[in-house]
Amino acid sequence: MTAPVASATSINSSGANDPRARRGGKKRKVEWKAYLYILPAFVLFAVFLGVPAVQTAQYSLFKWNGIGPSTWVGLKNYGELFTDSVLRSSFLHAGVLIFFYAVIPVVLALFLTAIISRGANLRGMSVFRTLLFLPQVVASVVVATTWVAIYSPDGLINQLLRLVGLGSLTRAWLGDFDTALPAVGIVGSWLGIGLCLVLFLSGVANIQPELFEAARIDGAGPVGEFFSITLPALRGQIAVALTLTVVAALKTFDLVYITTRGGPGTSTTLPAFEAYNRAFNTGKVGSAAAVAILLTAIILVVTVLIQKIQPDEVE
Amino acid sequence: MSRSTKTVRTLAVSLALALAATACAPGGSTTDEPAANSSASQVSKDVSAAGDVTLTVWDQNTDTGINDAQEELNKQFQQKYPNVKIERVSRSFSDLKTTLKLALTSKDPPDVVQANQGYPDMGSFVSGGLLRPEDDYAKLYGWDSYFPEQQLNLNKFTADGRDWQSGNLYGVSQTGEIVGVYYNRKILKNLNLQVPKTITEFEAMLPTIKASGMLPIAYGDVEKSPGIHIYGITQAAIAGKQAVTDLVTGKSGAWTDEPSVKAAQTIQDWATKGYITEGANGISRDEALAEFGKGKSAFVITGTWEQPKVIKSLGADSGFVALGPDGSDTPVTTGGVGLAWAITTGSKHPDVAAAYIDFITNAAAAQVLIDNGNLPAVPPADWAPKAGTLQADVASEWKRVNAGSGGLVPYLDYATPTFYDTLSAAVQQLTATKLTPQQFAEQLQKDYAAFLKSK
Repeated sequence: MTAPVASATSINSSGANDPRARRGGKKRKVEWKAYLYILPAFVLFAVFLGVPAVQTAQYSLFKWNGIGPSTWVGLKNYGELFTDSVLRSSFLHAGVLIFFYAVIPVVLALFLTAIISRGANLRGMSVFRTLLFLPQVVASVVVATTWVAIYSPDGLINQLLRLVGLGSLTRAWLGDFDTALPAVGIVGSWLGIGLCLVLFLSGVANIQPELFEAARIDGAGPVGEFFSITLPALRGQIAVALTLTVVAALKTFDLVYITTRGGPGTSTTLPAFEAYNRAFNTGKVGSAAAVAILLTAIILVVTVLIQKIQPDEVE
Repeated sequence: MSRSTKTVRTLAVSLALALAATACAPGGSTTDEPAANSSASQVSKDVSAAGDVTLTVWDQNTDTGINDAQEELNKQFQQKYPNVKIERVSRSFSDLKTTLKLALTSKDPPDVVQANQGYPDMGSFVSGGLLRPEDDYAKLYGWDSYFPEQQLNLNKFTADGRDWQSGNLYGVSQTGEIVGVYYNRKILKNLNLQVPKTITEFEAMLPTIKASGMLPIAYGDVEKSPGIHIYGITQAAIAGKQAVTDLVTGKSGAWTDEPSVKAAQTIQDWATKGYITEGANGISRDEALAEFGKGKSAFVITGTWEQPKVIKSLGADSGFVALGPDGSDTPVTTGGVGLAWAITTGSKHPDVAAAYIDFITNAAAAQVLIDNGNLPAVPPADWAPKAGTLQADVASEWKRVNAGSGGLVPYLDYATPTFYDTLSAAVQQLTATKLTPQQFAEQLQKDYAAFLKSK
């Protein structure tokens, strides 16, 4: 939806440098040609996203097993999102994951940025950046499998605990009803920190060094410097980081699919996993579609809200 | 164009789209009769008459032993009938489960597919008119006499897909499988224990093994399906064949009946007393199997399909037994036949498809299966692996379970389309003492009652 507006105005303004065209008493002409330019992109969007989205919305109003005839049930599938305890908790779990996927990485990355940016001339900085960004590059199945090994009863974490005499704390982290969801969440934190840090460091690099100098002359300490210069200057990057990580948290599927399959019990089930499972395994296509639609709506709303942090003028 | 007219227009367009979308319901809104199948036409054994044919086959024979057998059988079939080319699509069980529905409902479905028994898969395929009844071919090729009745029943459905184990035959199976108890001969011998034959004998030796400092049962349930097996064999041996079969097929009974609750209690006791691996919900099936394979536990409960792995790790020390109810000679245990080889209604060459299915399931195929380390659905009468080996145990237990009216109890997740999720999650909660046995049973019953009501 934003694409047509954006390209239309940019074409307008490029031809509208003389004031006559902009102001002239004549009716504004619709630049049909402009729409021609976006046609290819729009066709792609419509075929691969638009049509399936409308179809999903349609399915969500039916009770259908994917094969036989379907029955119209109106908004019943949506009602079940609130009355079915498994579905309700899947959305709550996604909320918990936002904390691990978005809040922890952003806060930690800000803290690290404050430290690293002071040693701006650190040697081998690009190497560190690459290393920190690595989790984002590794395929998620590999990440998940690695963490399954780390969390396993004889895995790295339990070995470390035994080493320092905390053997009583050891457990199957992904198999324990109380620790499974946080355990999945921490994998998300690990994934997110590098991404956030790289974003923030590039943001800090854009701040005029004079600003820091001025602050120091005014007697600001490291903390004051961070809150009065670094943090406000990073608003744009924070918004981007939050958007990416919150969306990642809400649509998590691969990690849970590989590590726990929603278990133990239903303690790590998530909306995206439920949508998949209902559509392809348990023959509840309508319910799956309703989950998908609600999830999409939540992601859209959250993204719009996060954009409010973004400064009005972004370079 | 002003902002408000634009909004109105957008709204109108989306409303129109929505209306258009709801106008035609997915999959058709009325209960259309399944397309009349072609069984009226004559069926024939003549494959050559079909001319050049490409037969598309979807199977789930991806494990080493069965994959080798399948490749060999396909090769032999194509040598026998040079006019037929087999296009094999092989997927793991769970991949097949998630994609088969889409393939069957597409315009150009495969000719032959392996369909899982029970209501979630075969039942819904049949109700959608996607599978062709094979009764005519069963007569033509003599499947109806070659396979034992309890095996054929597993592959039967009424034409509307509502009643399982009666009505039309929708496929035959290649392999047999039962879930049972693998035991370590050495450990039992050292503790002076006999091989258990009934659930009570089995339970009675768990404290002895535990007291010796040995883990009785290696158990890992992170994949969730092993939970169905451990509960399945316990319930089968406690409640008996008829009660569980009636329950799973939806004929009578409830999951809250006393024997089923008692089975749940039994498993919870095993967990709290440390008879099964601690933190089993975080341990994979393969880890548990490896633990048993290293001689660190006396038993592991799983299916005959793990036989090649156990032989590799424990060799001659391994044995296999299927448990029965007290005072019964016939074991009663979870099991069945491999996925049914079914013909799709969309297949243009049902005669060729049936010839293929016969070729890979008949007595000659059984020998190929055995040669590659598999358990055929109908073992040759003269098949006798060396006594005292795991192979001999598996073969004899399969024969015992199939003798007379048999002791096969269907997999419990066949009960309803959502039962796999419900039951597997509930067993994890049961072993972690998040549910009492009664609550466990009620959770299963809730799913079950809802399905029966909707049928």
